[in-house]
Amino acid sequence: MNTSNILFDAPGPKAVVRHRVYTVLTILALVGFVLAVLLRLDRNGQLAYALWEPFVTPEYVQAIWGGLLDTLKMAFSAIIGALVFGLVFGVGKMSEHRWLRWPSWVVVEFFRAVPVLLMMIFLYFAYGLGKDAVLSSYWCVVIALTVYNGAVLAEVFRAGVLAVPRGQAEAAYAVGMRKAQVMNLVLLPQAVKIMLPSIISQCVVALKDTALGYYISSPGLTFVGKQIYGEFQNQVQVAIVITAIYVVVNLILSAIATWVQKRIVGEKKALAPTPFGITDADTGATQGGGRI
Amino acid sequence: MRFTRTRATLVCASLLLTLAACGDAGSDDEGSDVSADTDAASELEDGTRMKEIADDGKIVIGVKYDQPGLGFKGATDDVPSGFDVEIAKILVSKLGIDPESDNVEWKETISDNREPFLKSGEVDLVLASYSITDERRAEVGQAGPYFLTGQQVLVKKDSGISSVDDLKGKEVCSVTGSTSIDNAEAEGMKPRGFDTYSECRDQVLDGAIDAMTTDGSILLGYAALNPDDLEVVGEPFSEERIGVGYSPESPEMCQWITDTLQESMDNGDWAKAFEATLGKSGAETPEPPQMDPCKS
Amino acid sequence: MDDVWNNFDLVVRAFGMTVGLFLAAGIASLAVGLPLAAMRVGPVAVMRRAAATYVTLVRNTPLLMVFIFVVIALPRIDITFKSIESFQEDAFGQVFISAYFFRATLALSLYTSTFVCEAVRSGINSVPLGQAEAARAVGLTFGGTMTQVVLPQALRATVPPLTSVLIALLKNTSVAAAFGIIEAAARMKYFNNRTTEDVQVFLLFALVYVLLVEVVSAASLVLERRWKAAR
Repeated sequence: MNTSNILFDAPGPKAVVRHRVYTVLTILALVGFVLAVLLRLDRNGQLAYALWEPFVTPEYVQAIWGGLLDTLKMAFSAIIGALVFGLVFGVGKMSEHRWLRWPSWVVVEFFRAVPVLLMMIFLYFAYGLGKDAVLSSYWCVVIALTVYNGAVLAEVFRAGVLAVPRGQAEAAYAVGMRKAQVMNLVLLPQAVKIMLPSIISQCVVALKDTALGYYISSPGLTFVGKQIYGEFQNQVQVAIVITAIYVVVNLILSAIATWVQKRIVGEKKALAPTPFGITDADTGATQGGGRI
Repeated sequence: MRFTRTRATLVCASLLLTLAACGDAGSDDEGSDVSADTDAASELEDGTRMKEIADDGKIVIGVKYDQPGLGFKGATDDVPSGFDVEIAKILVSKLGIDPESDNVEWKETISDNREPFLKSGEVDLVLASYSITDERRAEVGQAGPYFLTGQQVLVKKDSGISSVDDLKGKEVCSVTGSTSIDNAEAEGMKPRGFDTYSECRDQVLDGAIDAMTTDGSILLGYAALNPDDLEVVGEPFSEERIGVGYSPESPEMCQWITDTLQESMDNGDWAKAFEATLGKSGAETPEPPQMDPCKS
Repeated sequence: MDDVWNNFDLVVRAFGMTVGLFLAAGIASLAVGLPLAAMRVGPVAVMRRAAATYVTLVRNTPLLMVFIFVVIALPRIDITFKSIESFQEDAFGQVFISAYFFRATLALSLYTSTFVCEAVRSGINSVPLGQAEAARAVGLTFGGTMTQVVLPQALRATVPPLTSVLIALLKNTSVAAAFGIIEAAARMKYFNNRTTEDVQVFLLFALVYVLLVEVVSAASLVLERRWKAAR
């Protein structure tokens, strides 16, 4: 349903004119902006073919492709790890035992509040440098993303399980299931269905955050980009191309999330996936929290 | 391969405490296999890190890759070049290793990772415009100095900035992890930190910032690359004493490094190294600096 | 760790920078995000589409790339924001008003405003339809409907998602470390580089971040409670 139709009446003749004026003004502003950008680029010689050439030169295209694969691999490994991490601590947070609930709570809260970049810098300096280094910068990125996204997913899991109607658990207990059975056989399978879109949109978050590996020289798109503009001094062009790649990949992921939501979750009211965690579409209350 | 070598070092170091000597028994039979070129190497004492490196025939040296004139490696170069690199070659040849061969592994170090690299044994020596400070000496070994320089500022030509005073309250770029940032702040500038000097240089060239600041020797190298756009201005406002970094686990290296450097200063190799690198930008060859005595 | 305690003023100043960035970018993001949200739900189709395109583009761009655009690419085409420096004497003093601070704030705000926009939009969507219909029924225009009926209610519903956005912004200020600003993350790197006690240094910085996040959450809770009472 589209709320925007409810906020205003079907425009009368006067309003139609006014809206037309706004439309024209907006279009003029947009066209003006694009023209100004192009002019500026041209005036600074940024449209020169030589600066764009690397992106049609096979070796560099290959390097960018390699960077993209690294980026995807990092994001994928991190999400797999985050699912495990999130499942363990999400279930831990719902435990009836205080000794399990509390540490899980502390871990989740801690990793949600600490910037991913801080985590990466720490891992890199503590375990990623020197000959006895146990982690490459690649794994520093993956681990930092794993614990952060894991902490967010822990909340997603918890919210997902809580979103399963109470009657389900009650019925399961009534037929004599034990706690673990109720969780594993009844609650989690239904919760996963509800959570799937949130999990996929968390992939977008993880993918975007792989870019932070730039700061600790991990492989990936941003690193390749830095190398290319180091060689050709084409910062503007690299920024445009690398960003375009990120946006396209993310849009594909978002499209998958939408498709999954329609296909699997179907008509059932889903937890609306947002990068901040899960927002119950009706109240706007965020249960998951998280980061952009 | 390299892993076993550290192990050996560690074992050696611990054995040293109990046994008098610990060398590669058998391989060093009293100068019988000494060739004319490797006199110096054969004179190295058993059980020292120098001896181990000489016997191993391989060395890893940390240098900068982005400082023209000091340590620089272009995209198409096989090995880095510059004053730091030349000094490193003098040291390497004294270990009986051909400095032009593959047995010398050059490794890029940035300001941030020099101490970690030395401490972990990732590199054997660091010659990366590495200022000697008390703080650093508490963590790693530093011998020298083999070069004196001072912090200056690099600005765009015709910027109207002629001294450090013109930059008070203004932003200046430098590299995080270097002493330059602290010095700049003490001079009343607002330091901004990037990872490498080349990023700073780009910011200056693009007009994003008025100046970058660090050792004059580094700045001279950049000015020499872009003589039409960049210039070094002002009197040095700090004294940086550039030394050689070595592992804190091998204090015996200090005396050897100092002696080797002294020899090169006395016989003119040092001056030659300068003329071939930093001197190319027109700078006059300075007097070699007085080196610190080694502790014990 | 002694190194950190002895230079504790550096830690304090670094977090001062973090908080400064957070406040500046937070205000700017709200200032840009609110009109953006209005455009997204407004009656002019072109504006709706333009705002939606902007939001989609920027939300799917890594923050780091936004920083590269603002700090590294823009100076290439002569957009340096150096003129901001002329304000420094009279306005806010030495520390914050500088070209780099402005660029970092700009990058953070460009990015965060899109999330503010989406949070506000979800807030608007949460206002019962009847409210807007009733407002229209008594003759309010779109502007009146928005400012007097929908937005005041939407704002309440917006507090929780907006808090998440602001907490994310607080943590995102760390990205400025890679672009010249010596804030908390850059400062931690500085200490990590000088010490072997990486874990302790990390825990100290991480816990201050946790504390700051808690302060933001607490502030939002107070706000939420107060506005609830006013209902």
